Amino acid sequence: MQRRTVRALADRRCLTPRHRRHQPDGVLPDGLAAIVKRDCPTCTLVAPVLAELRERADAPVTVYSQDDPTFPEQIGGAIDDTNLEVSFALDLDTVPTLLRVIDGEEVARTVGWSRERWEALTGVGNLGETLPPHRPGCGSRTRDPAIAGARAVAEGATGLQARRVHLGAEEDELEAMFERGWSDGLPLVPPTPERVVRMLAGTTRAPDEVVTIVPPDLVECTVEKVAINAVMAGCRPEYLPVVLAAVEAACTDDFNMHGLLATTYFSGPVVVVNGPIAPAIGMNNDVNALGPGNRANATIGRALQLVVRNVGGGRPGGVDRATLGQPGKYTFCFAEREDTSWGTLAEERGIPRAKSAVTVFAGEGVRGVVDQISRVPESLTRTFAECLRATAHPKLAIAFDAMLVISPEHLRVYEEAGWSRSRFREELGALLTMSGSEHARGTRGIAEGMPEAFAEVPLPKFREGGMLIAHAGGGAGLFSAIVGGWVSGAMGSQPVTLEVRA
Amino acid sequence: MTTLLDPTGELSATTRERAPRPSSLEGKTIGLLDITKARGDVFLDRVAEVFAGRGLTVARFAKPTFTKVAPIDLRHEISTECDVVIEALAD
Repeated sequence: MQRRTVRALADRRCLTPRHRRHQPDGVLPDGLAAIVKRDCPTCTLVAPVLAELRERADAPVTVYSQDDPTFPEQIGGAIDDTNLEVSFALDLDTVPTLLRVIDGEEVARTVGWSRERWEALTGVGNLGETLPPHRPGCGSRTRDPAIAGARAVAEGATGLQARRVHLGAEEDELEAMFERGWSDGLPLVPPTPERVVRMLAGTTRAPDEVVTIVPPDLVECTVEKVAINAVMAGCRPEYLPVVLAAVEAACTDDFNMHGLLATTYFSGPVVVVNGPIAPAIGMNNDVNALGPGNRANATIGRALQLVVRNVGGGRPGGVDRATLGQPGKYTFCFAEREDTSWGTLAEERGIPRAKSAVTVFAGEGVRGVVDQISRVPESLTRTFAECLRATAHPKLAIAFDAMLVISPEHLRVYEEAGWSRSRFREELGALLTMSGSEHARGTRGIAEGMPEAFAEVPLPKFREGGMLIAHAGGGAGLFSAIVGGWVSGAMGSQPVTLEVRA
Repeated sequence: MTTLLDPTGELSATTRERAPRPSSLEGKTIGLLDITKARGDVFLDRVAEVFAGRGLTVARFAKPTFTKVAPIDLRHEISTECDVVIEALAD
């Protein structure tokens, strides 16, 4: 009976992580109960107080230790709760936790050390007189994600809905995942229930919440399915909110992930992360920002691609018909440098700087822009214009978007001259307006170009909102990058920016 | 034994019968769907010309953009008006 109660509470805890206050019948004896661990300085601090209570309190004092039953030595050790059975049943957040139990019911609880609260709870005065008046506690071992995840799996209380795939005893895990077609060509982290439970701890969203409908198979994709693919991609749990936002953004009608996947063109989703979450999860916006070497950058972009592959069923050679493709389709994700007077990409797209955001852009590969000579904005802007004009084709206007990733040394040229982002946009826009003789089909000896109907009309290279500006890269190097887009706007893909939710 | 969670959409494919092929185009309405890729119209114009020369009925349709799935209304229109469809996919 007692065991059932404990298990039922553990189940409930997994589905709704917090809070319950009822003490299961019979788990604890009446009187005072304390749960401690040796690996907690506050518990060590209050160990003499527990000895004092044993002598002076009007009720029995039962002590449980989460990590070492020989602790506290002052009272000759504690009841062994290294399996955390009692701690889970009590839904502990913090140690030390002190309880008063009457008739099997928890009637009072306090956490950490506070002389005032301990005295009130125990009815014993002048406790721990040599101690400071209060000291916060430490995390209960039950809150260790690894322990909580393993526990939930063992209890069958994960709430996870995905089909279980049982591998044969002789099957190699990594080979098994390749064989099942789950991989993008690189090894995957096996999505065991334990790892997926730990991944889900990275979000407050319920595992069964539907995030979006993923093309091309138009499958309802739950938080759980995103978490499974995030595990396989190599993400840490704290990246999950960014992955969820990226998946949601990519699967909007505006972004048109289906068309982007199916196209014979090079492009795939490029993810730019802004706001406090980027440094919080250790993303790179500095040296080699668009390249390898950072786990968050590498695995968030990969997780998005794996969701499209596995949940949506979009695979190279299947619905993905790219003629050549490009390596950014394994992963393409970076954080923006926000240490400038120009504001951020997300800010320009409507998300205030205090919030975290992802922007997805249908991008092809990275092409370099070299200008090591220009020291004034007028000259450098002409360089950018000349290079941007070549996006997709120098004679094609409006049809393709682009993202210009400006490096710190190039941006410095503008900041030192007092050029704002809007001034830059204005000057660049003027330089990127093409006359009919520049863009029309057949002119300049090139058949490609804009249809005859536009032959007399000056056209902008980029549609309104079709050129994104981001800032990233290491402090040295007078190089910037252009990431060409795909068919732009309502006819193809529009960049989408979404706030990252916890 | 290792247990993994299935990362896929867990769909199972269903098989549907193809619509019966007509033995002749005589008296049928032939839909020509331009997905609006470059020069698709050139191909379909020529196809339409050939069918018209054989006295066949041709109905022309176009997707708003080749990058997206045909809107459901367009698909419905084609399926109710036409007996067969020819789609110009390529550039």
